[in-house]
Amino acid sequence: MAEANQSEKKPVHPYGSRWQRLYHWFNRRTGIGMLLHEALDEPIPGGARWAYVFGSVLLFLFISQTITGIFLALYYVPSAASAHTTIAYIVKEVTGGSFLRSLHAYGSSAVVIVLLLHLTQTYLYGAYKGRRELLWISGCVLLGLMLAMAFTGYLLPWDQKAYFATTVGTNMASDVPLIGGWLKRFMRGGNEMGTLTVSRFFVAHVFFIPAVIIGLIATHVYLFRKAGAAGPPSEDPIHPRLPAQRFYPRQVVMDTIVALVMILILGTLSHFAPTELGPKANPADTQYVPRPEWYYLPIFQWLKYWRGPYAIIGIVVIPAITAALLVLVPFIDRRLERRPWRRPIAVGIFLLILAGFVGMGLMSVRDDRRDPSIAKQVAKQREETEEFMRQPFEPEGAATSISAPMVIVVDPLAAAGKKVYEGESCDACHGENGVGTAAAPKLVGATAQKPTEELANLLRHPTAKMIEGEMKPVDVSDEDLKALIAYIKSLK
Amino acid sequence: MNEAEYSPETTQREDVESVTRRSFLGALLGFGTVVVGAALSVPLIRFALHPLLTKTTEIGWSDVGKIDEFAALAAPAKRLIKVEQLDAWRKIISEKAIYVVPAKNGAVRVLSPICPHLGCSIPWNETKQEFICPCHVAVFAKDGALISGPARRSMDELNSKVEDGMLKVRYQYFRQLIPQKEALS
Repeated sequence: MAEANQSEKKPVHPYGSRWQRLYHWFNRRTGIGMLLHEALDEPIPGGARWAYVFGSVLLFLFISQTITGIFLALYYVPSAASAHTTIAYIVKEVTGGSFLRSLHAYGSSAVVIVLLLHLTQTYLYGAYKGRRELLWISGCVLLGLMLAMAFTGYLLPWDQKAYFATTVGTNMASDVPLIGGWLKRFMRGGNEMGTLTVSRFFVAHVFFIPAVIIGLIATHVYLFRKAGAAGPPSEDPIHPRLPAQRFYPRQVVMDTIVALVMILILGTLSHFAPTELGPKANPADTQYVPRPEWYYLPIFQWLKYWRGPYAIIGIVVIPAITAALLVLVPFIDRRLERRPWRRPIAVGIFLLILAGFVGMGLMSVRDDRRDPSIAKQVAKQREETEEFMRQPFEPEGAATSISAPMVIVVDPLAAAGKKVYEGESCDACHGENGVGTAAAPKLVGATAQKPTEELANLLRHPTAKMIEGEMKPVDVSDEDLKALIAYIKSLK
Repeated sequence: MNEAEYSPETTQREDVESVTRRSFLGALLGFGTVVVGAALSVPLIRFALHPLLTKTTEIGWSDVGKIDEFAALAAPAKRLIKVEQLDAWRKIISEKAIYVVPAKNGAVRVLSPICPHLGCSIPWNETKQEFICPCHVAVFAKDGALISGPARRSMDELNSKVEDGMLKVRYQYFRQLIPQKEALS
């Protein structure tokens, strides 16, 4: 009987004996059959469930981030001088560049969301119990590393929000006792944010942290397979009793479907609402209101409540205790009881912290909406980002090309206009030859190409936005205005 | 893994899925993965091939020198020109060498110094009064005409013009190894 079962097991394809021979040839040399068996035939007590998909989906997202990240590196240069230009090049010039960058940026948010779901599911199902301490701890470290990936990746475009958010983020490190100041300088590669900060964050983001993550993912999966799937909350975490189903096919199909839905969502978002790039980082901008990415908003809000000498409690002590509690949960909560309704304290604390995070995030959004000056500035920043996205790509070094270094004004009218430009101190804000400064935008390019009437009108009656930026109506004779416009239009 | 960690039911119930169902699903999953993977790789490939898919910007005219300088030209004169180019996200000014050679009726022609054989830079040999490529000894006459060697055509002439007494040239690269001159865009 046993023998009959054995022979039935071998799949017999009436047409496929050649394929089977090929498979045998391959299998003898690679042992792929054993590998597939090992990978796919893992027993899941109680059978496949949608609740178990998050780990696989995270792995899928990590692979997607790796691939898109490698491709983005084709055109990216990690230096303060070139980072922003190269990202602008990717977004505005390279075929599919905006789409790919958006996939990577939205992908990072997706990783954070699925990480939280994975953590919540594991916690609520009590799946960290029963000889799974190391599995849980490796997961916690992976969570920290993924957040570090999000933090380091955020700076790389070197636009306004990247620059200011990271300035604040690295400053927080200086509140760590004893080594704080050193830690901040270590992260920045000096006292100030600069080109060394970009290269450090780049190396951390693409070499160092991913290498550790890959090693830890392997460890995490190995430890998971060693302990076995925990199954539903009613299951005994050490000696499963429920009838098992293999990982393949049901669970694989479920995992694949969710991964596909994930691609669909990310692809749709990236195509219809691509991630924008703001103007290049300008450290002299004192108006800028930096806001972190949504998943750091709770921490951002939390820090508002801690002032003066007690700040250290809020910035260091409480987060450290929370992190330690999270990591040590399997040692603290040692009972084998897994059903959430029988673990009111453990589940209660978890839900409280989770609610705290969500609440803090929502409060931060509410605060920003309620404060009219912040809301106005945020709207202005939004506008500036959109304006930057509308402008055509401007290559690096355009200002130092053959024709630019010495702007020779040939047209006599324009030459007269240059005198007006300097006489009216336009150059104080708009820079020599209209190249722009921190105080006011450049005139070369888009502005200089505007029609004469529009320029005349703008100079006589600046828009509300211009007045807000300290632009004064130009009070000169019509003749001088004509010359000034001729000069502005001659700027290239 | 410890045998005791599996209950009898666990091990027996492993074969719940029939073999045909498993291989059908396997084929479906494999097929699906290939299709989705192929679809996803399209933007990646287009992204990576961007430099090949877009046209390079046309190079403008560069100044060689006042045309009077070349009025009594007896031998080829080497000049360095500045070429403004777009190098991906950078605007650069690169220096290129060219030869100004005498032509009929006191006019001049401008030659690229790049050997049409395999692209080495050809120097002018003063004593032999010939262009001799240092790589595979292709030899060209004073006017760039092929004399001997592995090259399949004469030295390439660059477009040139005289504007306001200034000799200008448009720098270009040409395909190597073929008998006819074909500009690379």
